[in-house]
Amino acid sequence: MASYSTNEFRRGLKVIIDGDPCSIIENEFVKPGKGQAFNRVKLRNLKTGRVWERTFKSGESVEAADVLDVEMQYLYTDGTQWHFMHPETFEQVAAGEAAVGEAKKWLKEQDLCTLTLWNGEPISVTPPNHVILKVVETEPGIRGDTAQGGSKPATLETGAVVQVPLFIDVGDEIKVDTRTGEYIARASKG
Amino acid sequence: MSEPRWRPSASRRVLELRARVNARIRAFMARHGILEVETPALLQGTTPAASITPFRVADGHAPRWLQTSPELPMKRLLAAGSGPIYQLCHAWRAGERGRRHNPEFTLLEWYRPGFGLAALMDEVEALLAWVTEGLRPLPPFVRLRWGEAMARHAGLDAPYTAGVEVLQSVLRQAGVEVDAAALGPDLDAWRDLVWVHCVEPALPEAAFVHDFPASQAALACVRPGDPPVAERFEAYLGGMELANGFFELRDPEEQRRRFAEENRRRAAAGLAPLPEDSLFLEALESGLPACSGVALGVDRLLMWLTGAETIDAVLAFPWERA
Repeated sequence: MASYSTNEFRRGLKVIIDGDPCSIIENEFVKPGKGQAFNRVKLRNLKTGRVWERTFKSGESVEAADVLDVEMQYLYTDGTQWHFMHPETFEQVAAGEAAVGEAKKWLKEQDLCTLTLWNGEPISVTPPNHVILKVVETEPGIRGDTAQGGSKPATLETGAVVQVPLFIDVGDEIKVDTRTGEYIARASKG
Repeated sequence: MSEPRWRPSASRRVLELRARVNARIRAFMARHGILEVETPALLQGTTPAASITPFRVADGHAPRWLQTSPELPMKRLLAAGSGPIYQLCHAWRAGERGRRHNPEFTLLEWYRPGFGLAALMDEVEALLAWVTEGLRPLPPFVRLRWGEAMARHAGLDAPYTAGVEVLQSVLRQAGVEVDAAALGPDLDAWRDLVWVHCVEPALPEAAFVHDFPASQAALACVRPGDPPVAERFEAYLGGMELANGFFELRDPEEQRRRFAEENRRRAAAGLAPLPEDSLFLEALESGLPACSGVALGVDRLLMWLTGAETIDAVLAFPWERA
């Protein structure tokens, strides 16, 4: 089984801690001049998203996690599973609710998402940074008011709710940043 | 970093500051009658230490070792009657790379025949006041025993006698997660873990820590007592270890025993044993004058002077650009 020594630790390295795949976020080497060297490591559990710190004795080895990020096209959901397809091999993968998590409110059919696979199984789904989604519910738009400030909630076709400017109407398509959940621009008028 | 790797990581201003600090160090030493010396960096023997690994250099003949500090050849000069001496040089320690570590670094090391540790701490403070004058205000140094620091900042009732289980419970309370099996039963490794997590960050801005546990004596004398303690100090600036001083061990038999013990600890940790320096041991046999010595990390002093977060900011070319 592949493993990494602490001197190979670097940001982004994938390792297994207590049975779960984790990604190294930060690695700090500390050592009293005449004493034991340690690596203080900040890790993210790739299944739960938990970020925490753990200290390793320098020289200690940690099992490598076979984790791979793959771009896949979102196909559909049957309510319990979200189905994705590799755009070149047409290979299909189904992700459960735990893996899809917050991403599900941004998933639109045919959009390219990043799936994190651990031993071939999806453990997390990252939607594209920007998505274009149709507004299905919001208060009527104020015509001509494209410059004034102010915002109102709008429900999108995927169920996500975002704050939009007052001139947005039902049927409009808007561009949203999925990392912040913020409205960016109107993409087309409904 | 998108900057090309051929370029220095220190700014022109920091390079100038380094030159100025070096000049001030030399002026201080000259005023105090301490002789500048140069000794070989590539040695036939090493200072066997459980936690410091030297670089081995091969040229097809017998291997040589890059000094991890100039301590042993400088002690040979002392044994030959050099009187007070200092050296400003590079030292190398394999695998030590981090925010405050570069495998190649600059040491200022000096020895004072006839000095005890208190007198040498005074001189370290005087040197730092001299070097930092007009560059950054140096607070007065607080002196505290290792045990006091562990009691105050890690809440230990009996720091010198606390066992692994007590230290583990301190770490648990501090929220420090570690694989206990990997660290094993080595008491000093657990002490170091408590030290770096709980004590170091809480030390006064300028501090001398002295009276280390006897098992952390390295090349210092042990003062008998209850508990016996190492006649050793560390200087800290801004929670960063800056200098290490010893009232120097002079007994060749005790020195051999310690080298053997360090090699035993290396073997237990799966590390290759290191050859001891026989010329140094011969010098000890012939007699080292009673003296204290200290090694100070010049790169770290520059970090403190400039408020740098990483050692790279004070080095022309750190390890990856060397």
